[in-house]
Amino acid sequence: MAISETTLKEVEEMAIKEINDAGGVKVGGKSYKITAISEDGASDWPTFAEKAQKLIDADKVAVVFGGWTSASRKAMLPVFEAKNHILFYPIQYEGQECSRNIFYTGAVPNQQAEPAVDWLLKEFGPKFGKKVYLVGSDYVYPRTANTIIKEQMKARGGETVGEDYIPLGNTEVAPIIAKIKKVYPDGGIIINTLNGDSNVALFKQFKAAGIDPKKYPIMSFSIAEEEIRQIGPEYTNGTYAAWNFFMSLDTPASKKFTADFQAMYGKDRVTGDPAESAYNMVYLWKNAVEKAGTFEDLDKVRKNMIGISFAAPQGEIKMFPNHHTSERVLIGEAEPTGQFKILYDSKTAVPPIPWNQFVPETKGYTCDWTLDRPDAGKFRM
Amino acid sequence: MELFFSQLLDGLSIGSVLLLAATGLAIVFGLMGVINLAHGEFLMLGAYVTFVVQGIFKPMGGILFELYFPIALVASFVVTALVGALLERTLIRQLYGRPLETLLATWGVSLVLIQLVRSVSTAMLIGILVAIALGWFAAKMLRTRFEEKLFLPYIVGLSWIGSSLIGIAFASWLSNIRPLASAWFGPRNIDVTAPKWLQGSWGKIAGIELPGIRIFIILLSAILLLATFWFLNKSVWGLRMRAVTQNRQMSNCLGIPTDKVDCITFALGSGLAGVAGAAITLLGSVGPNLGAAYIVSCFMVIVLGGVGNLLGTVLASFLLGIIQSVIGSGSLLIVFPNLPGSVKGFVEFFATTSMSLVLVFIFIIAFLQFRPNGMFPQKGRSVEN
Amino acid sequence: MKLLRSLFPWILLAVALFILPIILDDFRLNLFGRYFSLAITALAIDLIWGYTGLLSLGQGIFFALGGYAVAMYLMLNTPSEAGGNGIPKFFENYGVAELPFFWQPFWSPVVTLIALWLIPAIIAGLVGYLIFRNRIKGVYFSIITQAALMVFYHFFNGQQKLINGTNGLKTSTTELFGQLVGSPSLQEWLYRLTVVLLPVAFLICRYFTSGRFGDALIAIRDDELRLRFTGYNPVPFKTIVFIVAGALCGISGALYTVQSGIVSPQYMTISMSIEMVIWVAVGGRGTLIGPIIGAVLVNYLRSLVSEALPEMWLFVQGALFIFVVVLMPDGIYGWFKNGGFSRLLAAFGFATKTATYPQLDQDPGVLEEMSSTSGTKKL
Repeated sequence: MAISETTLKEVEEMAIKEINDAGGVKVGGKSYKITAISEDGASDWPTFAEKAQKLIDADKVAVVFGGWTSASRKAMLPVFEAKNHILFYPIQYEGQECSRNIFYTGAVPNQQAEPAVDWLLKEFGPKFGKKVYLVGSDYVYPRTANTIIKEQMKARGGETVGEDYIPLGNTEVAPIIAKIKKVYPDGGIIINTLNGDSNVALFKQFKAAGIDPKKYPIMSFSIAEEEIRQIGPEYTNGTYAAWNFFMSLDTPASKKFTADFQAMYGKDRVTGDPAESAYNMVYLWKNAVEKAGTFEDLDKVRKNMIGISFAAPQGEIKMFPNHHTSERVLIGEAEPTGQFKILYDSKTAVPPIPWNQFVPETKGYTCDWTLDRPDAGKFRM
Repeated sequence: MELFFSQLLDGLSIGSVLLLAATGLAIVFGLMGVINLAHGEFLMLGAYVTFVVQGIFKPMGGILFELYFPIALVASFVVTALVGALLERTLIRQLYGRPLETLLATWGVSLVLIQLVRSVSTAMLIGILVAIALGWFAAKMLRTRFEEKLFLPYIVGLSWIGSSLIGIAFASWLSNIRPLASAWFGPRNIDVTAPKWLQGSWGKIAGIELPGIRIFIILLSAILLLATFWFLNKSVWGLRMRAVTQNRQMSNCLGIPTDKVDCITFALGSGLAGVAGAAITLLGSVGPNLGAAYIVSCFMVIVLGGVGNLLGTVLASFLLGIIQSVIGSGSLLIVFPNLPGSVKGFVEFFATTSMSLVLVFIFIIAFLQFRPNGMFPQKGRSVEN
Repeated sequence: MKLLRSLFPWILLAVALFILPIILDDFRLNLFGRYFSLAITALAIDLIWGYTGLLSLGQGIFFALGGYAVAMYLMLNTPSEAGGNGIPKFFENYGVAELPFFWQPFWSPVVTLIALWLIPAIIAGLVGYLIFRNRIKGVYFSIITQAALMVFYHFFNGQQKLINGTNGLKTSTTELFGQLVGSPSLQEWLYRLTVVLLPVAFLICRYFTSGRFGDALIAIRDDELRLRFTGYNPVPFKTIVFIVAGALCGISGALYTVQSGIVSPQYMTISMSIEMVIWVAVGGRGTLIGPIIGAVLVNYLRSLVSEALPEMWLFVQGALFIFVVVLMPDGIYGWFKNGGFSRLLAAFGFATKTATYPQLDQDPGVLEEMSSTSGTKKL
């Protein structure tokens, strides 16, 4: 486990402990305690697939919570489909997927990237023009998210002036800085979909090269409070991030979530969107199992999952027939404390649209697992 | 022209990082013929030492914190040099003259080091120390007790296994005490913050921004290189090192303590890696996997430059840095905007980080076709070369 | 006893073919299928390292290429994997509308079956010939094969639009003979196929390591210069053996891919290729049984340790590397073969009786001579 995956494991263990302490999962008049078995995917996609197979076949688990990068989910997806099992995936991702066997509790682009791009154009468009520069890690999430953003820019009458990818784990961004300075001599909007280690390199080297967030507004989609701690708040200060939950969100539910987490793992720890979403998925599963009255009949659990809602730290969320949850959209500015100042808040939860409506290949398609049709995962509306 | 200079600066920046990381390896590989795949992990250790030094200086704040970095550089050198010396004394010296075996064994060392920084805690450290003390003591006892017995090596081995088991048991018992059990660094990346004077830009020359850390790293690599050069060519121990490299038996006959020379050479190489690791914290992330990103490039630099030749190492690093920056940033398209379609497509295809790396490695393989021993081959009369 | 010995491999094979599928559950059987397919790679590495002395750190290239070949065929020939325009779905994510040209041949099963070993063989031939022609050897050979590995890794990792980049290709949900590749029944057949192909690979390696060709390989390993001075050109020998090893790795990668359900550039990482070498070192290089034992044992250990104590695996693996290299250079099989076990017994006083030549001092000729020169020191 690399950057922040460990936090998700801790949050899931916290949710399980809470449920067990409250009497466990009540099914058919009996209470069951949850036992967690954890496996390490070691950031290696084939290992993810192997461990998923082991959990299903050898450990005979009722449900699997996990995955970090989209590549790890994509590696596990065929296993869950071939075995007809259930996976909960907690991270915001690129959409363009709707598996019968996966429940997604992170944001899809219409709940994170799209509102963020619109917000950037509204705030900075007048000053820097309707132009964006895209920097991402070289794997499926940034590639797909950027394909969507490019289509969205076209639809908004804007322009994508550059697009760059760094292999996962690479820490040399000098060529990219050179390119950015070339296309934006006087500043401009940058959208960052880097994952993990490369972010640290990007922000450190940006700062050294004089790329100042005031002149170059940077919007990141994979940087939460935990990542800021690893990059160093003085490097991210003034950059923007879009999420469905911030630790600084000022509601009683949010405060309680953070307080519980810190009580369990230490005062110096931080929560954030991925942690919140990992927390939610355990409760969503519990509620669905209690409603279904079984955790062994997976088809029944899946059916009962749809429509389940949960009072999450971000507010009320609901599982939609397309196996994605509704999410509150927030945009924040990173502060020197490592926290975010919330600049935009959708207040209500935004329904998920997994098949993107900007991209011509998927425009007009939708997904509805309540329908009894072979192509329920993707059909024309 | 401006483009030319900014490209040159970028190339020098990338190259100087390579040079910094590869200098230590050039010494270990060039002078000792040891393939140290744990070199990347020495970089990582240097970075972690920097993190620790930063942690000590942070509470002091103010001007003292601004000065922590030079101290961290020295501390990284000392600590990694000591670790290197220890590794040489215990493992590397068993394997002299078997470079391929060294390669495998040092890879094993690198795996252990990676996991060690991930999970080291006070409890674990105490457990390891207990195991070593017990094992060493038991081995000594057994040696005196069963002096010439044939089964001695086997029971010594068994006693080591036994004492490590006791060490593990002790460590896991200690883990019940919470403050001892928590990992020092953990598997997550850690945050090393450069002092203020290194963070920003150092002004402009002819319209080109001079990033502080980049200039600092270029200077640091130049200074270290000069120091190494001076050490090898002007100091007594440098003279001895070169003598041992040229003819081990003869040096031994002339009274040069070759054992000590080996140890110092390896420690020097490791220490330089430590300094490089400290410098790398300025540029990117610091985590247990830091070394993996650099180790291959280091070997490429050395093979390309020619083994045992510092000048070759310098040229090779800058050459690779410049290729990577020119190709990766797609500057060729700006210099020659009117390229014919197919060539343009070709250049664009390679104008990404991944593909510029592909091109760099192809270049290395192609270059070695013409000069199998690198730019500056070692001179010698042996048919082997 | 002798009969038992000659029957032994056949008994093992029968156990692997018929007994293991009964006693192991689907998941463990699948794991063993993977171990056996990795054993083919171990054999290939033994051929070039154990017998010829070429430590290649780039066998991952050929392993992954074999895997990609079979995965491309499966992706193309599964209706449910196809997106809107009849090409695999993942292309849609990157806005690719037309199948890249190099995918075209993989519509055909025959071409795929040939390509999965021929392509690795051709690339091995090219890389090998260029390196050997320049008399690059030893450590430099290792480093150059590593550079070649990096070329392929970065290419496959960076080309999302051609080959799905770092995500790799998945095969579990593809279809073969109308069945899901990930289904237990087909997995069991793939397991059997692996168990049959492993002895075939073993025989191929035995063919190349016995006779004059094998002698030449060992001569290259032990003293290439002397071989050259006696008038042999080592280049064709080395190239041929490198090609054979490449082809074997391709087959192994294809088998591994269909059983693990995914092929990705991660098979071309440096760590994977070095791990392959350690399987051979643990089992015993320079023997043909050793690598099989090593590959199965190390990977089994890996599954066990990483399931029980995930954070311990790197320690165990690292310690294994160091232990084998320093204390057991001949590996497990080599240790037994060279009398390591009987030496251990003897050290503790359990010496087994061994038939040796009659002692010298009982030789009649010597006795006679001794009596004639009595007074001199006894032998």
